[in-house]
Amino acid sequence: MTQYIIRRLLQMIPITLGILTLIFSLIHLIPGDPAVQIAGEGARPEDVHAVRVALGLDQPLWKQYITYLDHLAHGNLGTSFRTGTSVAKEIRDRYPATIQLALGSMLVALLVAFPLGIISAIYRNSWIDNVARFFALIGVSMPSFWFGPLLIIAFAINHPWFPVSGREGGFKSIVLPSVTMGLALAAILTRMIRVSLAEELNQLYVTTAIAKGVTRAKAIFRHALKNALIPVITILALQFGSLLTGAIITEQIFSWPGLGRLLVQSITTRDYPQVQASILVIALTYILVNFFSDLLYGVVDPRIKLE
Amino acid sequence: MKRFKRLLRNFAFTFGLVLTVLLVLAALAAPLLSPYDPDVQDTSRRLEAPSHEHLLGLDDLGRDVLSRIVWGARVSLRVGFSVVILASLLGVTLGAIAGYFGGAADVIVMRICDILLAFPGILLAIALVAVLGPSLNNVILALATIGWVGYARLVRGQVLKVREMEYVTAAKALGAKSPRVIVRHVLPNVVNPVIVMATLGLAGAILSEASLSFLGLGVQPPTPSWGAMLTAGRRYLGLANHLAIFPGAAIMLAVMGLNFLGDGLIDALDPKYRKDF
Repeated sequence: MTQYIIRRLLQMIPITLGILTLIFSLIHLIPGDPAVQIAGEGARPEDVHAVRVALGLDQPLWKQYITYLDHLAHGNLGTSFRTGTSVAKEIRDRYPATIQLALGSMLVALLVAFPLGIISAIYRNSWIDNVARFFALIGVSMPSFWFGPLLIIAFAINHPWFPVSGREGGFKSIVLPSVTMGLALAAILTRMIRVSLAEELNQLYVTTAIAKGVTRAKAIFRHALKNALIPVITILALQFGSLLTGAIITEQIFSWPGLGRLLVQSITTRDYPQVQASILVIALTYILVNFFSDLLYGVVDPRIKLE
Repeated sequence: MKRFKRLLRNFAFTFGLVLTVLLVLAALAAPLLSPYDPDVQDTSRRLEAPSHEHLLGLDDLGRDVLSRIVWGARVSLRVGFSVVILASLLGVTLGAIAGYFGGAADVIVMRICDILLAFPGILLAIALVAVLGPSLNNVILALATIGWVGYARLVRGQVLKVREMEYVTAAKALGAKSPRVIVRHVLPNVVNPVIVMATLGLAGAILSEASLSFLGLGVQPPTPSWGAMLTAGRRYLGLANHLAIFPGAAIMLAVMGLNFLGDGLIDALDPKYRKDF
């Protein structure tokens, strides 16, 4: 196992370095002179110069890159143009809200997908299975920026059970954003569980268990489901990463004060250090989550480690 | 032809085909189909609900929503096709080079792919549009930049398999140069999966454009874009729900249609590629 972890860690290094380089280059992709663009049209030359110095754009490229990596290594993500404070602080404030939303959506997805997936595997090709399939299809095709507003119309305006937006309402305020973001994941998981469990139910060990007098329910839940969950766990972990980008849109719909909303706000105000840092944190979280889901895969299915 | 007839019996494929044809027709015949000019404002009638006169109502500036949705199909398809063409050309070329020549070319192309894939979803596109500035062309550029990776990996994988085939060795032995071998003998083998990937990619690009426009990073007003229309609609939830409902329905139907079509094509063109998608 240790060897496997080390190998995966080593594989992560070049990719992480590539991501850092790409994010570093972003500011140099700004058309024209980045300093002029950032300072804004009609800015005085001294303001442009100040921006150039603040961002280190007056230094040679290689030096800028080294400084960038050095700052990162010391946890210095830069200073926000808008607030003048450390961007890391802003990210620290917003990060929990995004993680909370991602966990909320995952919970919604699990609550929907488990019963639906198990029922449709047991009663495969019945009407229940078809309904579940239709739900899954709608779930993956429905864009969150449409589903969210529909939920707001139904459950915040027509029936004011939940707040329209924000995070101040405690538990109630996380329900609609979680359902919005959890729907697509629920759809994917339902199909995964259905396919995986249906396959296991056809295995001889299930037939043997039933033949030996184990109840059908026990054969399903104690024997088949356990094996069926292996691929599902991995998908779940992998999907957690994509929930992070889903959060960018969902947070915008519900004015949820998380990292995604911070990113969009910083783009609108051309606060590039904040933009770079937010993208970096989202990308790194994604890589880390993928890393752990790989490890998890190695734990639940020992054959993987041999590859 | 026989295969196509059999396909038409597949409900999902036919449904997808019908939706896609409608989408393309709406885009092509927008000037004929849209009942009003999509940009003409009548501020005295803003947010008016659907009626016989305006089937899908009026928006926050008093523009006809149906006309804007019809014209919006043009924007969606323009982005979709441009992204798919750019991404597939780049992806197929780089994938073929990487797979055929191997060595340093392969390592470089594949490492770039790995890095781009390490970004979740459209995060990188958001980042690119953030620095390049929001516009239709920049959205296309950003989506193509992240979109070619899928084609490159697909083509590389196929080329690696085909490269070892005897007919390729024979062509080389007869003196065919590398570009000729790739174009005449290797690429025809990867056309089918690329077509399927392009169909699904079209759906993805339309959805991504709508997402970027929804975030205010895509097509800028007054150009009618479904995503941007939804952003405006979100501000009037409760007052004029039709502003959010109809553009969203258009996006969903377009994306669903193309996904169904792509899924049907996998079975029709070559079922053995199903695992690649």
